[in-house]
Amino acid sequence: MQPILSLRDVSYSYHNLKGETPALSHINLQISEGSFTAVVGPSGCGKSTLLSIISGLLAPEDGEILYRGLSSKDYCADSALRIGYMLQKDHLFEWRTVYQNVILGMELTHSLTKENIDYVLKLLTDYGLYSFKDKKPSELSGGMRQRAALIRTMAIHPDLLLLDEPFSALDFQTRLSVSADIASIIRKTGKTALLITHDLSEAITLADRVIVLSKRPAAVKCEMAVLYEISREDPLAIRSTAAYQKYFNQLWEVLADEKTTI
Amino acid sequence: MRKQPSKTAPPVSARQEYFLRAHHRHHHRITLGRSLLLLLFLGLWETASAFGWIDSFFFSSPSGIVRYLCQMLADHSFFDHTGITLFETIASFFLVTVLSLFAATLLWYQNSLSEILEPYLVVLNALPKSALAPLLIVWLGTGSNTIIVAGISVALFGSIISLYTGFCQVDPEMCKLIYTLGGSRKDALTKVILPSSIPLILSSMKVNIGLSLVGVIIGEFLAARRGLGYLIIYGSQVFQLNMVITSIIILCVIAMIFYKLIQSAEHFYRKKY
Repeated sequence: MQPILSLRDVSYSYHNLKGETPALSHINLQISEGSFTAVVGPSGCGKSTLLSIISGLLAPEDGEILYRGLSSKDYCADSALRIGYMLQKDHLFEWRTVYQNVILGMELTHSLTKENIDYVLKLLTDYGLYSFKDKKPSELSGGMRQRAALIRTMAIHPDLLLLDEPFSALDFQTRLSVSADIASIIRKTGKTALLITHDLSEAITLADRVIVLSKRPAAVKCEMAVLYEISREDPLAIRSTAAYQKYFNQLWEVLADEKTTI
Repeated sequence: MRKQPSKTAPPVSARQEYFLRAHHRHHHRITLGRSLLLLLFLGLWETASAFGWIDSFFFSSPSGIVRYLCQMLADHSFFDHTGITLFETIASFFLVTVLSLFAATLLWYQNSLSEILEPYLVVLNALPKSALAPLLIVWLGTGSNTIIVAGISVALFGSIISLYTGFCQVDPEMCKLIYTLGGSRKDALTKVILPSSIPLILSSMKVNIGLSLVGVIIGEFLAARRGLGYLIIYGSQVFQLNMVITSIIILCVIAMIFYKLIQSAEHFYRKKY
């Protein structure tokens, strides 16, 4: 089957007057439809740059990106792959109500149709935010804000979801439940997701494939498939399985190896 | 018992009641202090001039001011002079607000334009605007136009700089969010930059109204036959100090009214969001 996204030899460097900082070096990556992939790597290795490039906010300096086999030059706007991007902070606008925040994407793409509005209202109901839709974002808890941000991303019907450490602003307890919650929402809707995180446990609890990046300039160091015999619904149950321990140790060794070579 | 049957009176504990009472008492004391200070000042002024401790010809007196004010009201010159100053101030304030918003938006939109213009803006802002007044008189003559332009010139450049700086300080991640959702730079402006800058715009309006008033009075000093600034200059030339001080007091009241108006706009905004 055609991968939804493939990166071929993608490189990127940041430039300033003091010199050049290579961030990504010859990244090769394939994401298949419906998969949940996590990307981990040492901090500052260029993980966020990778997402910016995939989402089209930055253009790669070398290499190419194919969306369903088409390069960005080839496809027209109609067939374009819709990419939803969840940033580290939820950035819900305080001058808008929760509802006005979640329809922001539709407003920007001028797609505020009855059908889309119904879809958003259904999402709000499904995720338990319907009764809060006319509240200000500051009246929501951290977990609810994160869910509102997810609805805002989902409202534009993305084919591919990019998650840039979306749980890092939450406290540990909320983080466990919200990440499991959001991962199960994404699985249920069958969306393809690419999660960036520096939390190894999070990566192996949520994703079915983990990609390890090397230190800067980032290159793909290894890939690991993650499979459990039990359901993903309960993050604590997953964390107490032997398989989880095995994956964690494997990842830890790969990254520890990375550190000693610095 | 914490629950009470009636819905109109929510239960208030004794400590809360004590806190509320202390809060009100504090506020009453502040108001009382303010009024006493004013009364004391006026009383001292009046007594000093009545007993000849100060020369009421030079220093005027509260009763003299009231008498002069009544005379102004009787011959309608009060409305004439105050009205023209008010009109000029409001016109220049309005124009400053619109022009500076427009200019700051343009600078934000065009990064290289703002880099090109930055040194000029800083110089124009630092330039003492009263130095421009003689030029304005030559170009525009004496009259309301000159005075409105003088009012604009005092407030405009500082306002542009502060708005533009504020626009640039908006979290770039918020704009990134707009781009990830498929928005353009124009969307970032209308959905993020402007709405998140409303508190900044209101506070710059607070500064602008004061500066516009300063500019209008400078303009009236030099190029007017009507207005409070003209009365102040004219009064000092003919040694009518009652006229000068009455005009200054009317200016104080105008400044206070403007300040209160913008403050209530701010209050309205905060209540809404």
